[in-house]
Amino acid sequence: MAEAAVTTRLKKLINTPETEVKDALAGMVAAHGDLIRVEYDPNVIIRKDAPRKGKVGLVSGGGSGHEPMHGGYVGLGMLDAACPGAVFTSPTPDQMARATAAVDGGAGVLHVVKNYTGDIMNFEMAAELARGEGAKVNAVITNDDVAVQDSLYTAGRRGVGVTVLLEKIVGGCAEAGADLETVTTLAKKVNANGRSMGMALTSCIVPAAGKVTFEIADDEMELGIGIHGEPGRERTKLKSADEIAEILTSTVVKDLPYKRGDEVLAFVNGMGGTPLIELYVVANAVNRYLQKEGIKPARWLVGSYITSLEMAGCSVTLLKLDAETTKFWDAPVHTPALRWGV
Amino acid sequence: MAVSSVQIYTWLERYAGIVAEQKQYLTGLDAAIGDGDHGINMDRGFQTVLVKLAPVRDKDAGTLLKTTGMALVGSVGGAGGPLYGTFFLRAGAALDAKAEVSDAEFVEALEAGLKGVQERGKANRNDKTMVDALAPALERARQYLGEGAPLEEVLAAAADAAEEGMKATIPLKALKGRASYLGDRSIGHQDPGATSSYLMLRALSDSLAALPQRATTTTT
Repeated sequence: MAEAAVTTRLKKLINTPETEVKDALAGMVAAHGDLIRVEYDPNVIIRKDAPRKGKVGLVSGGGSGHEPMHGGYVGLGMLDAACPGAVFTSPTPDQMARATAAVDGGAGVLHVVKNYTGDIMNFEMAAELARGEGAKVNAVITNDDVAVQDSLYTAGRRGVGVTVLLEKIVGGCAEAGADLETVTTLAKKVNANGRSMGMALTSCIVPAAGKVTFEIADDEMELGIGIHGEPGRERTKLKSADEIAEILTSTVVKDLPYKRGDEVLAFVNGMGGTPLIELYVVANAVNRYLQKEGIKPARWLVGSYITSLEMAGCSVTLLKLDAETTKFWDAPVHTPALRWGV
Repeated sequence: MAVSSVQIYTWLERYAGIVAEQKQYLTGLDAAIGDGDHGINMDRGFQTVLVKLAPVRDKDAGTLLKTTGMALVGSVGGAGGPLYGTFFLRAGAALDAKAEVSDAEFVEALEAGLKGVQERGKANRNDKTMVDALAPALERARQYLGEGAPLEEVLAAAADAAEEGMKATIPLKALKGRASYLGDRSIGHQDPGATSSYLMLRALSDSLAALPQRATTTTT
């Protein structure tokens, strides 16, 4: 016999790799049908009451496997639609074009795009399609990952943690009735004032691949990891949470740089396989470092909000705040994954 | 001589078969310097292409190419979807709905496809991308066409140039796409996009050589 039909079941809570995204979408709409609706083929998660007349529509999207980003952020005060691709694969322009049409209430639509080659090109094509239909479409690209050198010789910095903060803040602004140019300008400001860096303790398994994305020894960690297991700055021996937090925070602080007297939103994010207690250990060290530098963490977000499947690890994002960004961060939000003020 | 829509369909069908056959090979090349899904994504795309082409296979060449482009854009995802999708959309648009496509018009359509890829991906030659296979191939095609060579020879020469361009990506450092994050570590690997582009042009050359061409002018 050439090949025996041996199938090994992956130790994951899935039925098949092919059905994972749709099964999860069906679960989301079952659980959050008061906030969202879901369309299939092309797959789009849409705010239940979209389109809202006169409101700028906010659309994002990306590969699946980063939940709750982006579908978990669809709802009041945040996204109007999200386009989930296959796991770690950019969605396609027909999804984004459908999302754009579904949320366009006449005031235009802003695409929030993370800086990955595939995401950028698919969103560009979608914007062309939507503009062909007469829609006003702007795009903002997030590229906050300090672990990647931004140069002419790479595809540029990756979009990571700032994307979540931007969707919340810009979503608040759009909810308040601002026009497309105002919303776009604010989005660019948020991206410009935010920086992130992540690290991984373990790898993750993309179901379609069936094996770990990268090998890492029990006593090692990867500094500067992306959200798809892409390699970062360096592979080093494992250190304590305090030491790791200081490496991440100091690298982020020096990059913008954040200065004494700055008020920031400090975002300690889990990669998917790290318990909250460990994230608070990291938050404690981040806080100590910021206090020492005279930087005031005026707002916090701690939890797993932009993940990489079951990868263990964390990222630290800082966003310099001003009156406008603070106001829209504090504004009411009601989505599957974030809720306050309502 | 002219290019018929039967020839275009034969090309696309043959290439879909080659992509299915070479799925693991393309994915392996991508795993070395990218995210290891190029073969999987291209195969999903071209299987979709076959489904979408079935109801329009009797239409003009431009329609076949545009249908192919839309099918790829809607099914591949990643960077390959927009790039290959744009290639076929632009090539199809260049042919408009012409019932008869001359050799020169066909080469022009392929050139329009390449121009679309370069605009979409903003890649230049030697960035270690599919442009490194397509650009020299179309340069060679243009040259042979100018010398009055028959289309069979034009496309065979183009496929040869694409193969040389593909192999020449091995020592290059990637400057675009996810491979660019690897910096020097991308050196020594053949680019998966250049490889699938070479296979596409070889399939074109082989499929046109295999079919009798339709003579539209009297040869003396």
